[in-house]
Amino acid sequence: MHTLLKSNRQVFLEGIHDGTPIALGYFVVSFTLGIAARNAGLDPLQGFLASFFNNASAGEYAGFTVIAADAPYLEIILITLVANARYMLMSCVVSQKFRPGTSIWHRIFVGFDITDEIFGITIARHGSLNPYYNYGAMALALPGWSLGTALGVVAGNILPGSVVSALSVALYGMFLWVIIPPARTNRVVAGLVLLSFALSFAASLAPVLSSCSSGTRTIILTVVIAALGAIFFPIDEQADPIADDEEGGDDHAA
Amino acid sequence: MQHDIYIYLLLMSAVTLAIRILPLTLIRGQIRSRFWRSFLFYVPYVTLAVMTFPAITQATQTPVSGTLALVFGIALAWYGASLFKVAAACCLVVFLSELFLL
Repeated sequence: MHTLLKSNRQVFLEGIHDGTPIALGYFVVSFTLGIAARNAGLDPLQGFLASFFNNASAGEYAGFTVIAADAPYLEIILITLVANARYMLMSCVVSQKFRPGTSIWHRIFVGFDITDEIFGITIARHGSLNPYYNYGAMALALPGWSLGTALGVVAGNILPGSVVSALSVALYGMFLWVIIPPARTNRVVAGLVLLSFALSFAASLAPVLSSCSSGTRTIILTVVIAALGAIFFPIDEQADPIADDEEGGDDHAA
Repeated sequence: MQHDIYIYLLLMSAVTLAIRILPLTLIRGQIRSRFWRSFLFYVPYVTLAVMTFPAITQATQTPVSGTLALVFGIALAWYGASLFKVAAACCLVVFLSELFLL
Protein backbone atom coordinates (compact mmCIF):
# COMPACT_ATOMS: atom_id res chain seq x y z
CA MET A 1 0.00 0.00 0.00
CA HIS A 2 3.00 2.30 0.29
CA THR A 3 4.47 3.75 -2.81
CA LEU A 4 8.08 4.77 -2.36
CA LEU A 5 7.59 8.32 -3.55
CA LYS A 6 4.37 10.21 -3.14
CA SER A 7 3.73 13.23 -5.29
CA ASN A 8 3.86 16.60 -3.56
CA ARG A 9 0.21 17.07 -4.46
CA GLN A 10 -0.73 13.85 -2.68
CA VAL A 11 1.25 14.86 0.41
CA PHE A 12 -0.35 18.31 0.30
CA LEU A 13 -3.80 16.68 0.33
CA GLU A 14 -2.77 14.54 3.30
CA GLY A 15 -1.81 17.74 5.07
CA ILE A 16 -5.22 19.22 4.28
CA HIS A 17 -6.87 16.06 5.61
CA ASP A 18 -4.99 16.16 8.91
CA GLY A 19 -5.26 19.94 9.10
CA THR A 20 -9.07 19.89 8.98
CA PRO A 21 -9.72 19.06 12.66
CA ILE A 22 -6.93 21.48 13.60
CA ALA A 23 -8.54 24.28 11.63
CA LEU A 24 -11.94 23.59 13.21
CA GLY A 25 -10.47 23.61 16.70
CA TYR A 26 -8.49 26.73 15.89
CA PHE A 27 -11.54 28.52 14.62
CA VAL A 28 -13.29 28.11 17.95
CA VAL A 29 -10.29 28.84 20.15
CA SER A 30 -9.29 31.88 18.11
CA PHE A 31 -12.85 33.16 18.31
CA THR A 32 -12.44 33.48 22.08
CA LEU A 33 -9.00 34.98 21.49
CA GLY A 34 -10.69 37.59 19.31
CA ILE A 35 -12.79 38.59 22.29
CA ALA A 36 -9.58 39.26 24.24
CA ALA A 37 -8.22 41.23 21.26
CA ARG A 38 -11.37 43.31 21.13
CA ASN A 39 -11.05 44.08 24.84
CA ALA A 40 -7.44 45.18 24.23
CA GLY A 41 -8.64 47.69 21.63
CA LEU A 42 -7.80 45.84 18.41
CA ASP A 43 -9.98 46.16 15.32
CA PRO A 44 -10.81 43.07 13.19
CA LEU A 45 -7.93 43.69 10.75
CA GLN A 46 -5.44 43.98 13.61
CA GLY A 47 -6.83 40.81 15.17
CA PHE A 48 -6.43 39.06 11.81
CA LEU A 49 -2.83 40.26 11.40
CA ALA A 50 -1.85 39.35 14.96
CA SER A 51 -3.17 35.82 14.46
CA PHE A 52 -1.85 35.36 10.92
CA PHE A 53 1.72 36.20 11.90
CA ASN A 54 1.77 34.69 15.40
CA ASN A 55 -0.66 31.74 15.38
CA ALA A 56 -0.07 31.21 19.09
CA SER A 57 -2.85 31.30 21.65
CA ALA A 58 -0.91 31.92 24.86
CA GLY A 59 1.62 34.18 23.14
CA GLU A 60 -1.07 36.33 21.54
CA TYR A 61 -3.14 36.47 24.67
CA ALA A 62 -0.08 37.64 26.62
CA GLY A 63 0.62 40.23 23.94
CA PHE A 64 -2.95 41.54 24.06
CA THR A 65 -2.65 42.11 27.81
CA VAL A 66 0.45 44.25 27.13
CA ILE A 67 -1.42 46.22 24.45
CA ALA A 68 -4.41 46.66 26.76
CA ALA A 69 -2.09 48.07 29.45
CA ASP A 70 -0.44 50.44 26.92
CA ALA A 71 2.87 49.15 28.33
CA PRO A 72 6.35 49.90 26.87
CA TYR A 73 7.25 48.21 23.57
CA LEU A 74 10.05 46.28 25.29
CA GLU A 75 7.45 44.48 27.36
CA ILE A 76 5.69 42.93 24.37
CA ILE A 77 9.06 41.70 23.07
CA LEU A 78 9.91 40.02 26.38
CA ILE A 79 6.50 38.50 27.03
CA THR A 80 6.27 37.11 23.48
CA LEU A 81 9.76 35.65 23.86
CA VAL A 82 8.80 33.86 27.07
CA ALA A 83 5.32 32.74 26.02
CA ASN A 84 6.50 31.35 22.67
CA ALA A 85 9.94 30.02 23.61
CA ARG A 86 8.74 26.43 23.36
CA TYR A 87 8.45 26.86 19.58
CA MET A 88 12.22 27.22 19.52
CA LEU A 89 12.54 23.68 20.89
CA MET A 90 9.97 22.45 18.37
CA SER A 91 11.79 24.18 15.55
CA CYS A 92 15.02 22.39 16.59
CA VAL A 93 13.16 19.07 16.51
CA VAL A 94 11.67 19.76 13.07
CA SER A 95 15.12 20.76 11.74
CA GLN A 96 16.12 17.12 12.25
CA LYS A 97 13.11 15.87 10.27
CA PHE A 98 14.24 17.70 7.12
CA ARG A 99 16.33 15.93 4.56
CA PRO A 100 19.75 17.65 4.68
CA GLY A 101 19.95 20.03 1.74
CA THR A 102 16.31 21.09 1.93
CA SER A 103 16.11 24.63 0.58
CA ILE A 104 16.03 27.60 2.92
CA TRP A 105 12.63 28.65 1.55
CA HIS A 106 11.01 25.39 2.63
CA ARG A 107 12.62 25.83 6.04
CA ILE A 108 11.28 29.38 6.37
CA PHE A 109 7.74 28.55 5.25
CA VAL A 110 7.47 25.43 7.41
CA GLY A 111 8.90 27.42 10.33
CA PHE A 112 6.34 30.15 9.76
CA ASP A 113 3.59 27.98 11.21
CA ILE A 114 5.10 25.62 13.77
CA THR A 115 2.26 25.52 16.28
CA ASP A 116 1.69 22.95 19.02
CA GLU A 117 -0.80 21.13 16.82
CA ILE A 118 1.00 21.30 13.48
CA PHE A 119 4.17 20.25 15.26
CA GLY A 120 2.19 17.33 16.68
CA ILE A 121 1.00 16.00 13.32
CA THR A 122 4.43 16.70 11.78
CA ILE A 123 6.34 14.54 14.23
CA ALA A 124 3.67 11.82 14.07
CA ARG A 125 4.78 11.14 10.47
CA HIS A 126 7.63 8.73 10.03
CA GLY A 127 10.56 9.32 7.79
CA SER A 128 11.84 12.64 6.57
CA LEU A 129 9.50 15.56 6.24
CA ASN A 130 7.91 16.63 2.98
CA PRO A 131 7.18 20.37 3.45
CA TYR A 132 4.04 20.08 1.31
CA TYR A 133 2.43 18.16 4.16
CA ASN A 134 2.84 21.20 6.39
CA TYR A 135 1.66 23.52 3.60
CA GLY A 136 -1.54 21.48 3.32
CA ALA A 137 -2.18 21.70 7.04
CA MET A 138 -1.31 25.40 7.11
CA ALA A 139 -3.62 26.12 4.17
CA LEU A 140 -6.57 25.44 6.46
CA ALA A 141 -5.16 26.10 9.92
CA LEU A 142 -3.84 29.61 9.27
CA PRO A 143 -7.09 31.01 7.80
CA GLY A 144 -9.09 29.16 10.47
CA TRP A 145 -7.06 30.78 13.19
CA SER A 146 -6.85 34.32 11.79
CA LEU A 147 -10.41 34.58 10.46
CA GLY A 148 -11.68 33.15 13.75
CA THR A 149 -9.83 35.88 15.62
CA ALA A 150 -11.21 38.60 13.35
CA LEU A 151 -14.74 37.23 13.77
CA GLY A 152 -14.26 37.10 17.52
CA VAL A 153 -13.39 40.79 17.47
CA VAL A 154 -16.52 41.53 15.46
CA ALA A 155 -19.06 39.22 17.03
CA GLY A 156 -17.92 38.81 20.60
CA ASN A 157 -19.22 35.97 22.65
CA ILE A 158 -22.09 34.31 20.76
CA LEU A 159 -21.23 30.63 21.28
CA PRO A 160 -22.91 29.06 24.33
CA GLY A 161 -20.60 28.07 27.18
CA SER A 162 -21.33 24.35 26.83
CA VAL A 163 -20.18 24.39 23.18
CA VAL A 164 -17.00 26.33 23.97
CA SER A 165 -16.27 23.91 26.81
CA ALA A 166 -16.74 20.85 24.59
CA LEU A 167 -14.70 22.23 21.69
CA SER A 168 -11.87 23.37 23.93
CA VAL A 169 -10.73 19.77 24.50
CA ALA A 170 -10.36 19.02 20.76
CA LEU A 171 -6.79 20.25 20.79
CA TYR A 172 -5.90 18.07 23.77
CA GLY A 173 -7.47 15.08 22.03
CA MET A 174 -5.10 15.80 19.18
CA PHE A 175 -2.11 15.82 21.54
CA LEU A 176 -3.18 12.47 22.97
CA TRP A 177 -3.44 11.07 19.45
CA VAL A 178 0.21 12.07 18.93
CA ILE A 179 1.73 10.81 22.19
CA ILE A 180 -0.24 7.67 23.09
CA PRO A 181 0.50 5.30 20.14
CA PRO A 182 4.31 5.76 20.48
CA ALA A 183 3.92 5.32 24.25
CA ARG A 184 2.31 1.97 23.52
CA THR A 185 5.28 0.70 21.54
CA ASN A 186 8.13 2.41 23.41
CA ARG A 187 8.35 1.95 27.17
CA VAL A 188 10.66 4.89 27.71
CA VAL A 189 8.23 7.21 25.94
CA ALA A 190 5.40 5.75 28.03
CA GLY A 191 7.35 6.37 31.24
CA LEU A 192 8.25 9.91 30.21
CA VAL A 193 4.63 10.70 29.29
CA LEU A 194 3.46 9.51 32.71
CA LEU A 195 6.25 11.44 34.42
CA SER A 196 5.28 14.53 32.41
CA PHE A 197 1.64 14.25 33.48
CA ALA A 198 2.68 13.85 37.13
CA LEU A 199 5.26 16.63 37.22
CA SER A 200 3.05 19.00 35.24
CA PHE A 201 0.29 18.43 37.76
CA ALA A 202 2.71 18.90 40.67
CA ALA A 203 4.14 22.07 39.11
CA SER A 204 0.67 23.56 38.77
CA LEU A 205 0.40 23.34 42.56
CA ALA A 206 4.03 23.97 43.64
CA PRO A 207 4.72 27.33 45.34
CA VAL A 208 7.14 29.02 42.90
CA LEU A 209 6.39 27.19 39.65
CA SER A 210 2.63 27.68 39.83
CA SER A 211 3.12 31.44 39.71
CA CYS A 212 5.03 31.18 36.41
CA SER A 213 3.02 31.35 33.21
CA SER A 214 1.99 27.98 31.79
CA GLY A 215 4.34 28.61 28.84
CA THR A 216 7.31 29.00 31.16
CA ARG A 217 6.36 25.90 33.13
CA THR A 218 6.09 23.95 29.89
CA ILE A 219 9.62 24.93 28.89
CA ILE A 220 11.19 24.16 32.28
CA LEU A 221 9.48 20.78 32.58
CA THR A 222 10.16 19.83 28.97
CA VAL A 223 13.86 20.57 29.23
CA VAL A 224 14.25 18.76 32.56
CA ILE A 225 12.23 15.64 31.67
CA ALA A 226 13.57 15.25 28.12
CA ALA A 227 17.14 15.71 29.43
CA LEU A 228 16.54 12.99 32.04
CA GLY A 229 15.28 10.72 29.28
CA ALA A 230 18.31 11.50 27.10
CA ILE A 231 20.77 10.87 29.96
CA PHE A 232 19.30 7.63 31.24
CA PHE A 233 17.77 6.21 28.05
CA PRO A 234 19.78 7.50 25.06
CA ILE A 235 18.30 6.33 21.77
CA ASP A 236 20.13 4.02 19.37
CA GLU A 237 22.39 5.81 16.93
CA GLN A 238 20.79 4.52 13.75
CA ALA A 239 17.25 3.34 14.22
CA ASP A 240 14.10 5.39 14.46
CA PRO A 241 12.95 4.14 17.88
CA ILE A 242 9.27 4.24 16.97
CA ALA A 243 9.28 2.73 13.51
CA ASP A 244 11.58 2.16 10.62
CA ASP A 245 11.79 4.82 7.92
CA GLU A 246 11.52 2.41 5.01
CA GLU A 247 8.58 0.31 6.06
CA GLY A 248 6.93 2.43 8.71
CA GLY A 249 5.13 4.57 6.18
CA ASP A 250 2.86 7.23 7.50
CA ASP A 251 -0.35 5.34 7.99
CA HIS A 252 -0.50 6.91 11.43
CA ALA A 253 -1.21 10.19 9.72
CA ALA A 254 -4.51 8.92 8.37
CA MET B 1 -3.30 54.96 24.20
CA GLN B 2 0.24 56.30 23.77
CA HIS B 3 1.58 53.37 21.77
CA ASP B 4 0.74 52.33 18.23
CA ILE B 5 -1.02 48.95 17.99
CA TYR B 6 0.65 48.24 14.65
CA ILE B 7 4.10 48.65 16.20
CA TYR B 8 3.11 46.30 19.00
CA LEU B 9 1.95 43.76 16.41
CA LEU B 10 5.11 44.18 14.35
CA LEU B 11 7.39 43.56 17.35
CA MET B 12 5.31 40.63 18.56
CA SER B 13 5.27 38.99 15.12
CA ALA B 14 9.00 39.55 14.55
CA VAL B 15 9.85 37.83 17.83
CA THR B 16 7.50 34.89 17.21
CA LEU B 17 8.74 34.34 13.67
CA ALA B 18 12.39 34.55 14.71
CA ILE B 19 11.76 31.93 17.41
CA ARG B 20 10.12 29.59 14.91
CA ILE B 21 12.31 30.09 11.88
CA LEU B 22 15.87 30.61 13.20
CA PRO B 23 16.52 27.08 14.55
CA LEU B 24 15.08 25.54 11.37
CA THR B 25 17.30 27.62 9.10
CA LEU B 26 20.45 27.59 11.26
CA ILE B 27 20.52 23.87 12.03
CA ARG B 28 21.11 22.54 8.50
CA GLY B 29 22.49 19.06 9.05
CA GLN B 30 21.83 16.08 11.26
CA ILE B 31 22.91 16.59 14.86
CA ARG B 32 25.53 13.92 15.71
CA SER B 33 25.65 14.07 19.50
CA ARG B 34 23.80 11.12 20.96
CA PHE B 35 22.59 13.20 23.90
CA TRP B 36 21.07 15.93 21.72
CA ARG B 37 19.55 13.45 19.31
CA SER B 38 17.92 11.67 22.25
CA PHE B 39 16.86 14.94 23.84
CA LEU B 40 15.19 16.17 20.66
CA PHE B 41 13.56 12.78 20.17
CA TYR B 42 11.91 12.92 23.59
CA VAL B 43 10.97 16.63 23.54
CA PRO B 44 7.75 16.30 21.49
CA TYR B 45 6.19 13.61 23.66
CA VAL B 46 7.20 15.31 26.88
CA THR B 47 6.10 18.78 25.88
CA LEU B 48 2.71 17.66 24.52
CA ALA B 49 2.12 15.57 27.67
CA VAL B 50 3.03 18.51 29.90
CA MET B 51 0.64 20.76 27.97
CA THR B 52 -2.20 18.22 28.11
CA PHE B 53 -2.41 17.50 31.81
CA PRO B 54 -3.68 19.07 34.02
CA ALA B 55 -4.73 21.71 31.42
CA ILE B 56 -7.43 19.47 29.87
CA THR B 57 -9.19 19.30 33.26
CA GLN B 58 -9.14 23.09 33.54
CA ALA B 59 -10.38 23.88 30.03
CA THR B 60 -13.87 22.53 30.64
CA GLN B 61 -16.72 23.83 32.78
CA THR B 62 -16.06 21.14 35.35
CA PRO B 63 -12.85 19.14 35.97
CA VAL B 64 -14.79 15.86 35.85
CA SER B 65 -15.76 16.25 32.16
CA GLY B 66 -12.18 17.18 31.23
CA THR B 67 -10.87 14.12 33.08
CA LEU B 68 -13.37 11.89 31.28
CA ALA B 69 -12.21 13.34 27.95
CA LEU B 70 -8.62 12.53 28.95
CA VAL B 71 -9.47 8.92 29.76
CA PHE B 72 -11.51 8.36 26.58
CA GLY B 73 -8.90 10.14 24.47
CA ILE B 74 -6.09 7.95 25.82
CA ALA B 75 -8.14 4.77 25.33
CA LEU B 76 -9.10 5.60 21.73
CA ALA B 77 -5.58 6.70 20.78
CA TRP B 78 -4.20 3.53 22.41
CA TYR B 79 -6.37 1.38 20.12
CA GLY B 80 -5.35 3.33 17.06
CA ALA B 81 -8.36 5.59 16.38
CA SER B 82 -7.79 8.35 13.82
CA LEU B 83 -6.91 11.93 14.71
CA PHE B 84 -10.40 13.14 13.88
CA LYS B 85 -12.08 10.40 15.93
CA VAL B 86 -9.98 11.02 19.01
CA ALA B 87 -10.51 14.78 18.88
CA ALA B 88 -14.24 14.49 18.17
CA ALA B 89 -14.77 11.86 20.87
CA CYS B 90 -13.13 14.11 23.47
CA CYS B 91 -15.50 16.95 22.55
CA LEU B 92 -18.51 14.66 22.61
CA VAL B 93 -17.58 13.19 26.00
CA VAL B 94 -17.34 16.68 27.48
CA PHE B 95 -20.59 17.86 25.93
CA LEU B 96 -22.60 14.80 27.02
CA SER B 97 -21.10 14.51 30.50
CA GLU B 98 -21.75 18.19 31.17
CA LEU B 99 -25.40 17.71 30.20
CA PHE B 100 -25.69 15.35 33.16
CA LEU B 101 -23.25 16.99 35.54
CA LEU B 102 -24.30 20.62 35.26
